[in-house]
Amino acid sequence: MTINPDLQGRSYPAAEVYDVGREKIREFARAVKATHPAHFDVEAAKALGHSDLVAPPTFAIIIAQRADAQLIEDPDAGIDFTRVVHADQRFIHHRPIFAGDRLVAELHVDGVRAMGGGAMITTRQEIFALAADDSRESVATTTSSILVRGEGQ
Amino acid sequence: MSPTFSELTVGQDIGSRTVAVSRTDLVKYAGASGDFNPIHWNEAFATGVELPGVIAHGMFTMGAAVQLVTDWAGDPAAVVDFQTRFTKPVLVVDTTGTNEPGATIEVSGAIGKLDADAGTARVDLTVVSAGQKVLMKAQAVVRLS
Repeated sequence: MTINPDLQGRSYPAAEVYDVGREKIREFARAVKATHPAHFDVEAAKALGHSDLVAPPTFAIIIAQRADAQLIEDPDAGIDFTRVVHADQRFIHHRPIFAGDRLVAELHVDGVRAMGGGAMITTRQEIFALAADDSRESVATTTSSILVRGEGQ
Repeated sequence: MSPTFSELTVGQDIGSRTVAVSRTDLVKYAGASGDFNPIHWNEAFATGVELPGVIAHGMFTMGAAVQLVTDWAGDPAAVVDFQTRFTKPVLVVDTTGTNEPGATIEVSGAIGKLDADAGTARVDLTVVSAGQKVLMKAQAVVRLS
């Protein structure tokens, strides 16, 4: 399998809406062994001035990886998911993610670089919350690099 | 109690935390995150793609490591920027049926930079498993009042 070098600069528009639920925040928080009450107890979150449960700092990876799936599952991309290794990750939060948010993500392929028989692919996800009138508020910018290992790597 | 910006100094230690990891934890993280790559739960599959065995999701390690910062800051919403490079895989051995962890991750943090104009502190995390640094440039920027 060969990575398509023309991927660089490609964008995928926001697709399905991700509804952030309280139980999903609790489940994700437990899965990363978080114990802060603002992830679990609505009153504790409100006591800190928040509207509802606060998602852990890496929660946006769920939305980011859903957006990435559009690229990874694109037959034209030439990516073998089983040979993908996560190389780096960054979350820039413009505001926290709360239970009740309706999120969408735009995917941008910022870089494709051949490495050995494989490639390093850098993607950026712009995550927005939809308001009741469907206007967008910028919530987070996430970036990640994945290494698609070539044979023998 | 949240830390006060004016009382912080570069190099200051914010504490440490030990995270025990089992294969069950990786299955839970797979379910919670939606990342079902079999290298994180299937030994035969992992060794078949030339890995030493089942490895933790990098995002599990990153997500568990930042809890030290969240608890120190007193509010998870204070973490406005968090990044890392994944340098070494965390190999998680199968200890199913015992109380032994399949891997242990040691997390410690120190103030790396203070930005008075922005009111932010950068916490630099050191994250080690089996004697090796598994994250590099693991930096969390925290906004303090």
